[in-house]
Amino acid sequence: MNDLYKLNSDVSCCWSCKGPVIKHALFCPTCDVIQPPSDIDHFVRLGICRCYVLDLSELDRQYFHFQRLLHPDKFVCHTSKEQILSQAQVTVLNEAYETLKNPLKRAYYLLRLSGCVDIDLITKTTNSDLLMEIMEIHELLNDADTVDEIKVIEDQINAKMILCETSLEKAFVKENLDIAVELTTRLKYFKKLFEESSSRKIYITGINI
Amino acid sequence: MLLQINEPTSRSNKNDVAIGIDLGTTNSVVAVVKNGQSLVLRDEQGSGLIPSVVAYGDDGSIVVGNEARHELLSNPQIVVSSIKRLMGRGISDIKSLVGTLPFELGIAADGGMVRLKVSGKTLTPVEVSADILLAIKARAENALGSVKSAVITVPAYFDDAARNATKDAAKLAGIKVLRLINEPTAAALAYGLDNHVEGLYAIYDFGGGTFDISLLHMERGVFQVRATGGDVALGGDDLDHSIAEVFLSERTKLFGNETITSTEAKQVLSIGRMAKECLSINSCGDWVIKINDKSSRHYLDLKTFESLITNIVERTISICRGVIIDAGISVKEIKGVVLVGGCTRVPLIRRRVSEFFECNPLVDINPDEVVAVGAAMQAYALTAGSSTLLLDVTPLSLGIETMGGIVERVIPRNTPIPVAMAQEFTTYQNNQDSMLIHVVQGEREMVEQCRSLASFVLSGIPQMVAGRARICVTFVVDADGLLTVSAKEKITGIEQEVSVKPSYGLTEDEMTRMLRDSLEHAREDIKVRLFAEAKVEAIRSLLAVRAALVADGDLLSIDEKSQIHNALESVESAIRDGVIEILQTTVATLEDKTKIFAIRRINRGIHKRFD
Ligand SMILES: [Zn+2]
Repeated sequence: MNDLYKLNSDVSCCWSCKGPVIKHALFCPTCDVIQPPSDIDHFVRLGICRCYVLDLSELDRQYFHFQRLLHPDKFVCHTSKEQILSQAQVTVLNEAYETLKNPLKRAYYLLRLSGCVDIDLITKTTNSDLLMEIMEIHELLNDADTVDEIKVIEDQINAKMILCETSLEKAFVKENLDIAVELTTRLKYFKKLFEESSSRKIYITGINI
Repeated sequence: MLLQINEPTSRSNKNDVAIGIDLGTTNSVVAVVKNGQSLVLRDEQGSGLIPSVVAYGDDGSIVVGNEARHELLSNPQIVVSSIKRLMGRGISDIKSLVGTLPFELGIAADGGMVRLKVSGKTLTPVEVSADILLAIKARAENALGSVKSAVITVPAYFDDAARNATKDAAKLAGIKVLRLINEPTAAALAYGLDNHVEGLYAIYDFGGGTFDISLLHMERGVFQVRATGGDVALGGDDLDHSIAEVFLSERTKLFGNETITSTEAKQVLSIGRMAKECLSINSCGDWVIKINDKSSRHYLDLKTFESLITNIVERTISICRGVIIDAGISVKEIKGVVLVGGCTRVPLIRRRVSEFFECNPLVDINPDEVVAVGAAMQAYALTAGSSTLLLDVTPLSLGIETMGGIVERVIPRNTPIPVAMAQEFTTYQNNQDSMLIHVVQGEREMVEQCRSLASFVLSGIPQMVAGRARICVTFVVDADGLLTVSAKEKITGIEQEVSVKPSYGLTEDEMTRMLRDSLEHAREDIKVRLFAEAKVEAIRSLLAVRAALVADGDLLSIDEKSQIHNALESVESAIRDGVIEILQTTVATLEDKTKIFAIRRINRGIHKRFD
């Protein structure tokens, strides 16, 4: 039986009632039972258009919409097979949401969709100007002794990140991958600095979590 | 013949009530949602609290709750309390607690969960918790009739071992766990659904044995946990300890050094607890301790009490500060703070929390009962259906040990669950044919500072030069927050899956033995459960076949249709009759009778696309 419906890649067969199901459908149109997750990109999964700058409240809205349909809590009284499928669906949904919500992960992901491989490697910088810029902020952070001083530096880092993000949007629209890689690299290093500033804040206030 | 279409069969059993259980360190509470109203189930005196205390009589009797707590003063050697602190713990975890614990520890199996010795019996914390759950279930059944399933709450900061231990205890007590949910999340549910609270809120949960702080965003029925943190070894018990220590040192001044048995220690701790509760309302009080026929009177005022506990309170505040920084937000963005746990009645705690969060804490719902109320709401939502959405996160990072005892994180903390993440590792020696996968949980860099959950060996790796093998380790955390780990060598496809049985949990054998030994009703329960599962599956088949008949009934001859129709009717009547063997047979017949139908439908489905 299984071999039959592999003939057509757009339609598969519902595991429960054996009726036809379009590849990306979440539920069977005939018997309404949950289907396994299909292999689609994060933007399609969340039903939002593929661009770098996103409306984050729309992302949330779409995410909650799909969660309401698919979350394992909705399948507590169903068969174990449906529970497994619900978990599989929400696992990929969470992955999509976490990736698109985060500006750096989103940039990585778009680079990958554009055919870049080994993104960790191509976003290692040898650019001495960028390294100097990073070192300067890094030293400022090390010299900061109060939370207020750190906040000032954080604002600086934030401004730089926002600049990166706006330029990234343009680069992706123009499909200028070299520039996109360069900007993603910048964003990555600023993000690291930001994390550093958080740990510095925690260190200054003297807490262990 | 016209096809008869019946009413769709409901998937959940309306007669079975699902309850919410707050299985606490000091007290437990059980609640239910009935006619749209949440209701805490109370005793004759109107108290919703069931002390999480069990007395094991020499005659084999088991007493739980208030009666057991009274035994603490007269007959403390037979009483077990604060057992939650030991859930999923190994002996090495609680070394620092030994001597302060109000019971004697037995010898644990190698690496296994601690055992306690009471009244000549050796018990695991799972069994003691199961006894408490049985008493809770009895109270619920007394009020509601048959109760089969529940939502049980756990501290957000509970690790994998403690969560598994809690699920095992429920299994022993014959309770089906619909979902484990985090206590602060449950409290937020109670506020968000009842009081229509919206925005970003902090839940400050100071329980008997654990401290949790969670940040949640609540909006239009969506509860999204943003960050969580805490300390599993910091609780209201510690406040009792501080008082007890002062009283004991006062006695030393009076009578010189006394040797105190664990029994007497329990008495002094009880008095410490009473003093704490008294000083939550009054400004001073005095208490009498009588040991070895020597009585001493101890006076304590609020100011001294506050100076005793200030370190503990400040520790909770600094954990709050850390979580807020970690979440990348400022205190100003937090709209309010919900207080959970009886200890939050201590005036110093209220004061410090208000100061730190710059707002008056929410206390409209009794802080002792709010968690159980939220759990009951979730139990209702899960069984009766609701548009509420609860999106929780992993409280602690999960990772594996790499060279030099350094932890490589696979799933960072505060990741939404369910989640699956994979990481690739490689061999570091030529011709290395096996690899130890050591799974740990925690935020520290070094393995020994984290909690070891499990380890297993991926063997049969073909001989290769160092660094060439591609070993992909996948971590999956389900909606209850429980972890499964699998490893696969990618070049050859050797795969090993291990459901992480935490090293401090119980083995499958131990669980089976306990299930067999302890509960006479277990056999009946298992039968009921198996039928319930078969029924859900049968209903799924019914729905599928009926839907298919509506869509493609024209593919069948009259005779074929009537055969399928008869098979459907047999399944329906088997569901009503409740005999599992008959139900399974009729479902199998239905599958058999619909095979041809399925093949024709698949063919039609394909042709529809091609035509
Ligand atoms: Zn179907």
